[in-house]
Amino acid sequence: MSNVRIIWRKSLNFVMLSLTGIAALGVVSILFFILGYLIWNGGKSLNWNFFTQLPKPVGETGGGMANAIVGSLKLLMLAALMGLPVGLLTGVYLAEFGGKTFSFVIRYTTDLLNGVPSIVIGIFAYSLVVLPVKHFSALAGGVALGIMVIPITVRSTEEFLRSVPGSLREGAMALGASKWKTIVTVVLPAASGGILTGMLLALARVAGETAPLLFTAFGNRFWSPGFEQPTASLPVMIYTYAIAPYDDWHRQAWAAGLVLLGLVLVANLGARLLLNRGSAVRST
Amino acid sequence: MPSISQSSNATAARLAPQVRMNEPRSMAAEKEAPVRFQISDLNFFYGPKQAIFGLNLKIPKNKVTALIGPSGCGKSTFLRTLNRMNEIIRNTRVEGEILLDGQEIHSMDVVSLRRLVGMVFQRPNPFPKSIFENVAYGLRINGYKGRLDDLVESSLHRAALWDEVKDYLHKSAFALSGGQQQRLCIARALAVNPEVLLLDEPCSALDPVTTAKIEELLFHLKDSCTMAIVTHNMQQAARASDFTAFMLDGKLIEHSETSKLFTTPADPRTEAYITGRFG
Repeated sequence: MSNVRIIWRKSLNFVMLSLTGIAALGVVSILFFILGYLIWNGGKSLNWNFFTQLPKPVGETGGGMANAIVGSLKLLMLAALMGLPVGLLTGVYLAEFGGKTFSFVIRYTTDLLNGVPSIVIGIFAYSLVVLPVKHFSALAGGVALGIMVIPITVRSTEEFLRSVPGSLREGAMALGASKWKTIVTVVLPAASGGILTGMLLALARVAGETAPLLFTAFGNRFWSPGFEQPTASLPVMIYTYAIAPYDDWHRQAWAAGLVLLGLVLVANLGARLLLNRGSAVRST
Repeated sequence: MPSISQSSNATAARLAPQVRMNEPRSMAAEKEAPVRFQISDLNFFYGPKQAIFGLNLKIPKNKVTALIGPSGCGKSTFLRTLNRMNEIIRNTRVEGEILLDGQEIHSMDVVSLRRLVGMVFQRPNPFPKSIFENVAYGLRINGYKGRLDDLVESSLHRAALWDEVKDYLHKSAFALSGGQQQRLCIARALAVNPEVLLLDEPCSALDPVTTAKIEELLFHLKDSCTMAIVTHNMQQAARASDFTAFMLDGKLIEHSETSKLFTTPADPRTEAYITGRFG
């Protein structure tokens, strides 16, 4: 009897361990499969020209996506300028000031905003920025991405501020610091590593968004100086090139995918590094 | 029960040998000592729950007053009413009068009050900044314009930490040991030159050697500061304080010179507590 139970228990353990292990392995291998596939396909057409030249007209091979790389960076900068401050301040409000009911409402709304399909946010930016001036622009794309950055920033800022021990706040207040001064001079610096990490991850997350850019920033086969013209971006370039019937464009789409993933990975690694350095300062 | 009271006296005497030697002087001191804090009919509430009941106490100037009592008796809460730190907790209410040098603290500006009444907490809570910036913090936020270096140095001297950190002033405060961090927090509080220093179980997270250092420090600070120290360590109260107040369930049971309270307590509950029969 007891022997049967032991065998049953051990085999159940083994089965569950294998299941969880296989699932975990699957997750990792998906990433490495995508990465490998991208490098395999994209690496072949990735060269210096890709980073420095404009797209060539249909029919000509070669050329690059310099305008899309710059365009993506421009869009991210706009998104950062518009989304990060709002997200940061809201996070501070939630962690340091908010009362129970109102905070709950804000938190819930933020989560909803996070769940809004990105194409819907695109439509919103379209009707807000594109329709009034009757043309696509980098600004419109920046608005769309900026809105998407907000909820992620809010929640990560709040989390990291909450992880700052209350004793630090008390210490500052006992020295006569006002609440706002305490937040600015002690709490925010203590959480800065984490908050910056959250911001970088938020930007990395929206860097790959295509849907909200399709009818806001649109696209451009040439340089688009300033912020008021249709602007190329890597994700939209991938989309247009991948569905086109030309082999050379397919190759370039792969290369663009590789560059985009590289950007996101670098941002992620940078964020981790920042977080590690921040926590090292805190714990030693 | 004469035998018990005798043995308790003996215990107390063992707890506080130095205090007994100082007896005549501190008795005289009680009559002369001007009052820094005068607390009358203090009631304190956390929401509907009352934590302090009708407390009356005088805290004499340039003396160390110890607050002892079992956990949850309200001694920390009481200490935190003295610099209005409880105000940052929601739903608290305070009744009664607290006079600091004759001035009601609740009508004072809270920032100026906290400049006069510094606080050191149970766990060392240095800011995630350099040692120098930690000490300079109170000066900076109070808009001090003079030379910070001198004040930082003298504050670290007063907290008996200067020699250990003078070569590392710009290293992170987290690199210090627990005891050094606690002395840094004392230096930080001293930098704004407070008249009163409130210490909320400042040694409970420290080892005995470090504790001894801090107690010695308190002794030297008496010249410039009035101190109130919450402690659950009765030896510490006996060693380091001039006056002791015993609290139980939010009420002040007994308050007298430390030597007297530990040798001939007036209230049977005080005696029971200091002889270790509860708490």
